[in-house]
Amino acid sequence: MISGWVLALVFGLPYIHMLITALKPLDEVLAIPTTYTPTSWAWDNFTGVWKEIPLATFIKSSLIISLAATLIVISIAIPAAYYAARNNFRGRSLFLLLVLTTQMFSPTSLVVGIFREIVKFNLVDTYLSLILIYSAFNLAFSIWILSSFFKSIPVEIEEAAAIDGCGRFKTLFKVVLPLALPGIVTAFIFTFIAAWNEFVIALTLTSSPEREPLTVGLTSLIGQYQVQWNFLFAGSLIAIVPVVILFISIEKWLVGGLTAGSVK
Amino acid sequence: MKIRLGAFPWIFPALAMIAVFVVWPAFEMIRTSFQEIDPTGIAKGWAGLENYRTLFENPDLKPVLVRTLFWVAGIVFFTIAISLPVAQLLNANFPGRKLVRWVVIIPWAASVVMTSTIFKWILDPYSGVLNRIFVDFGFISEPRDWLGNPTEAMIWLMVVAIFVSIPFTAFVLLAGLSTIPTEIMEAARVDGATALKGYRAITFPLLQPALLVAAVINLINVFNSFPIIWIMTMGGPGYMTDTTTTLAYKISFRDQNIGASASMASINFVIIFIFILLFLRVSKWKEVTK
Repeated sequence: MISGWVLALVFGLPYIHMLITALKPLDEVLAIPTTYTPTSWAWDNFTGVWKEIPLATFIKSSLIISLAATLIVISIAIPAAYYAARNNFRGRSLFLLLVLTTQMFSPTSLVVGIFREIVKFNLVDTYLSLILIYSAFNLAFSIWILSSFFKSIPVEIEEAAAIDGCGRFKTLFKVVLPLALPGIVTAFIFTFIAAWNEFVIALTLTSSPEREPLTVGLTSLIGQYQVQWNFLFAGSLIAIVPVVILFISIEKWLVGGLTAGSVK
Repeated sequence: MKIRLGAFPWIFPALAMIAVFVVWPAFEMIRTSFQEIDPTGIAKGWAGLENYRTLFENPDLKPVLVRTLFWVAGIVFFTIAISLPVAQLLNANFPGRKLVRWVVIIPWAASVVMTSTIFKWILDPYSGVLNRIFVDFGFISEPRDWLGNPTEAMIWLMVVAIFVSIPFTAFVLLAGLSTIPTEIMEAARVDGATALKGYRAITFPLLQPALLVAAVINLINVFNSFPIIWIMTMGGPGYMTDTTTTLAYKISFRDQNIGASASMASINFVIIFIFILLFLRVSKWKEVTK
């Protein structure tokens, strides 16, 4: 039991230090040597941060990009996953192989090619470029996890709905999708977080502060002549906390989706 | 025939997205590596293997290649070695287990960018808390610039990479552990096996599939890892903490040598492709898709 708590401490400490730094006044942040805990707790850093750094702009960009990418992924992944789960069409294996390969390729390894393509499309420094790239690279996980959810729904339920006079689309929307809701929620949250946390592509494709998402915007503050670490970390925590809570809520489905189901 | 036409509208949007934004950039990158590109990004015709020659003549390449090997091997090894007992611990029953699991998830859920930033601050030469702790405990007599010298910087970068890799790995192993029936361990205990012996003879072999999958996915992730190095050292001092991934980025977006960068990135691409083939083997994907 004690080793369990030590484990939690090891993994939690850097983030506790993040919180402690976020709660120090600036002069104490820059004290040499540093203090372990704030001598005066600057709780108002969490209100001041909105004025000190353009946090609201970064959050707005991150929200627009992540939500749009997520909606695209969900609306494209649902039909593909449903069809692959229910039909044994020619090229099905090939399709799933392609999907799985995409999941393994992070955009980092292709950033040089992605940049050249986006320049060609004249989309540099736009939300759209990031939305499209994030959608494409995150499709795989959603197709994968949704397909396993669809497969777990007995075909008989759909057949019963058909006998009761439901058309194919009505069956999908009224019967299948509600039953696969946990899978859809998982795909939604996972894609949202992946887009929210992405760094390399955003760093490469954005150039103006109004377009920079949180990851790029916050780290660009490090390069400044005097870093306001307390505000930087207050902003980081505002970005991290909701994401961690969402992530924990889908934890039990994640491993199966990320290892192509080969472990569970 | 009807069925083949039937598949098309359902999977076409997904195929189109992957083709345009994953496959196309890959081809574009490889094509660029054989072209002569001026610093503004305009192609001036074919260059044959000229870009590759420029890359291999770069005196920084060889140390970067050797370092990348150590980076990947070291991080994957320690991540797995530490995740094994961590998974065992998370699998054990103790009060507060749920909370402990949640805390362990944080580095996985939080952006690696933010985690790298806090570690950069912890290691700060002036106001970093690590210097404070080490001085207070008498490990060092005066504060050090941990990220200022290449060897120590490399060690800390690897520590951070291991730190962010453990949660995913431990959860994959945990999923593997949950497939092992408890009866087997109980039977072994009845037969007089000690905990360690039971682990080595039963748990570890049964955990092998999960272990292999976790190892290969880590291999790919660590090889591709960018934010940790970029935020904490930017590959510096000089090129002394660069891996092939950050080097490709630097050559392209800082030195503006797009051709040479594309050739480095194309080599990385091929390496990852080999890792993926390895993954398909160990994950037995054909059985999965049935």
